[in-house]
Amino acid sequence: MINNALAVAGIVIKELYRRKDFYVLFVLTALITLLLGCVNFFNDDRIARYLKEICLLLIWISSLIIAVTTTARQIPAERENRTIFPLLAKPLTRGHLVFGKFLGCWFASGLSLVVFYFFFCVVSGAREHQWPLLIYLQALWLHWILLALVVAMVLLGSIMFAAPSSNSTICFIFIVGILLVGRHLHRIAIQLQEPIRTIVSVIYFAIPHLEFYDIREMIVHNLPPISMLACLIATVYAIGYTAFFLIATWLVFRRKSLTA
Amino acid sequence: MPDLVKIEKLRVEYRSRESQNGFKVAVDGLDLTVGSGEVFGFLGPNGAGKTTTMNVLLGFVSPSSGSASLFGVDVREPIARQRIGYLPELTYYYKFLSAEELLRFYGKIFRIPKGELEKRIDSILKLVELEHARKRLIKTYSKGMQQRAGIAQALINNPDLLILDEPTSGLDPIGRMKVREIIQRLKEEGKTVFFSSHELGEVETVCDRVAILYQGKLQVEGRVDDLVKNYKTNLEQIFLKVIGYQSSQAV
Repeated sequence: MINNALAVAGIVIKELYRRKDFYVLFVLTALITLLLGCVNFFNDDRIARYLKEICLLLIWISSLIIAVTTTARQIPAERENRTIFPLLAKPLTRGHLVFGKFLGCWFASGLSLVVFYFFFCVVSGAREHQWPLLIYLQALWLHWILLALVVAMVLLGSIMFAAPSSNSTICFIFIVGILLVGRHLHRIAIQLQEPIRTIVSVIYFAIPHLEFYDIREMIVHNLPPISMLACLIATVYAIGYTAFFLIATWLVFRRKSLTA
Repeated sequence: MPDLVKIEKLRVEYRSRESQNGFKVAVDGLDLTVGSGEVFGFLGPNGAGKTTTMNVLLGFVSPSSGSASLFGVDVREPIARQRIGYLPELTYYYKFLSAEELLRFYGKIFRIPKGELEKRIDSILKLVELEHARKRLIKTYSKGMQQRAGIAQALINNPDLLILDEPTSGLDPIGRMKVREIIQRLKEEGKTVFFSSHELGEVETVCDRVAILYQGKLQVEGRVDDLVKNYKTNLEQIFLKVIGYQSSQAV
């Protein structure tokens, strides 16, 4: 299984670095950050904080765009171009294909994250003259783990929705919704009447809490690294949801017609 | 001659809203065998059930009843596909890969050792006459070249059985001739080829045996020489007669 999945993953990674998406997003992030870095607003010493905040926000947006759009087109493109037929005519199952696509998109997103965080590290280090590498590594790890969950979720969407564009839009709304509102849902639930209160509470406990993986504020305000145990729990939490989405993808894909 | 392909009482039904009883029969009680070393032509008009039968053989579609096996192994087992090569109709291979990379990718799935894989890629690209373009991205290929890249991927595991779905579809006369030459060469190498085509002249030249399918049912099956002798006409006329076609002039 691993051999087949890695072969499929290799093709996804090749696709990412041969397409322009990643380069465009990286150049945009770098340009905006460097331009802002050149400007000194009101002789404010804390300008480096704003710069870090903006750079991290751009990294988050870019990484989500790369992960969601790359994943959303994988299986629909295989069906549309009919490459799924020669692929599945080999000793490769639909399960191998789903797992391979997941690994490919996750590794590809991870590679682009490394480039983005390296750039961030250089920019913030050049401004602040300090290198809190441990928290940067924690941020990179948690971000990458979050992308595993996102990739698995988008992969399920790519089986359920015919067009990659509709899948990408729905997934973006879902992800941004969770990141912005997810953590407040239980507080909102308390103020509501039954049965909506129960429904909102169930949603709060059912959705994957992506905000756990966002430690940008801690980096911006130069806070100490988080505990390794918290990192481990967040990793296990993401693995659980990722496994759930991947199994659901496989179950749906098993029964799906191969034609677009 | 041992049977490489064996289909027994195969029936495939699809759900259909257009049909009164809610389903459509794509293949109905098909019995078929293909022996080792044979070139077998699978004929029929569009919608006759040829591609559905091939999809069953490749494990893409489950039969409603009956059975199908390759090399004596049920087609639902992935291992049944270890020794086959498949060329689907009209496939647009990964645009961002070259022919060489495409073959390397498919070769990895078969776990072909690296040294052997490189040797095989060289010989297959030579066979399909893509040696000169091996490092070029597939998106720059003509339709004929893409089809030959497709044949190359079907040959990467040195298969004993090749399943080709309309291999000359949409190609110009030169492209068709090149594909036909490749099939001839594979035949000389002793490969078993099971292919569907609408080019009946080509089928008559290349095939040992043919089967004609119409509305999901097997109408005729036999050696090309025997059919031509029995019907006292060429394969095209036999085909038209079997499916009950009458030209408007005749009507």
